[in-house]
Amino acid sequence: MSAGPSGAAAVETLVALRHARDFVDRHYAEPLELADIAAAAGYSRYHLVRAFKAAYGETPGRYLQRRRVERAQELLRVADLNVTEICHLVGFTSLGSFSRLFSELVGVSPSRFQRDALASGPRLIPGCYVLMWGRPSPTGAPNTAIAEKPAAARPT
Amino acid sequence: MITKLGVATAYVSDYDQALDFFIGKLGFELRTDVTMENGFRWLTVGPPASPEFQLNLTVPGPPAHDEHTAALLRELMAKGALGAGAWNTDDCRATYAEYVARGVEFIQEPAERPYGVEAVFRDDFGNWYSLNELNDKALDQQAMTEAFEPGPK
Repeated sequence: MSAGPSGAAAVETLVALRHARDFVDRHYAEPLELADIAAAAGYSRYHLVRAFKAAYGETPGRYLQRRRVERAQELLRVADLNVTEICHLVGFTSLGSFSRLFSELVGVSPSRFQRDALASGPRLIPGCYVLMWGRPSPTGAPNTAIAEKPAAARPT
Repeated sequence: MITKLGVATAYVSDYDQALDFFIGKLGFELRTDVTMENGFRWLTVGPPASPEFQLNLTVPGPPAHDEHTAALLRELMAKGALGAGAWNTDDCRATYAEYVARGVEFIQEPAERPYGVEAVFRDDFGNWYSLNELNDKALDQQAMTEAFEPGPK
């Protein structure tokens, strides 16, 4: 931080990048293109990727992947839904790429993760609730889709 | 022995905008607004239902912060890295609807969590807050362990 532009310009850039990041948090369950994320910041795709990485240490695409996998982890833990349902609910279109990415980021496959979670306690939330509240709202609605809350607030 | 939290601080970038947000949008009350001789403004607000709690709103800068520190805080606020706590509500979905109608920016809609119903919003300065309707398991260590820690391998 502070290595790039200084003062008001830096703050303005960071606010724009935050809008892009919050856009991902809201819309992760929808089919997102890099152009959509860049538009939320008012940046070109190229500029967004560079500036986002400088501010947050990863590309917007990677952030989106992590967001989706994090949401999947939560649903696998608590919701009475199967892996395929959760895969689609968090924005993946292919079960294969979901499983691959999940395994890469979490260290175990989604089904293994769910089995382990189930072994430690009953699922707390009926699947119908998640389907009601967890699916993305119609496009254009002001606050669509659930998102991970920042990690600091999660009881671990 | 400490009995409860009395004051917490959230950084803001402008005092008037802060009043617009916390009083105008969240429905808080003004608790204290005093400007001292050295220019320091002690501004606190709080939810009507928590009359003893004060959220202090501070614009980074002198006399509390040197310019470098203030610049760092402004950047952290701007990039959305600062969170100032979790608010409780009796009805998360109703409060969410009420706040959305007033233009509060949510980054998470109300969602069922093991500890209740939770939404997450930002203030107009980039700070995030949870909005929680806690259930009877929220403060139950055993229930939270079962919900969040991996089971036996």
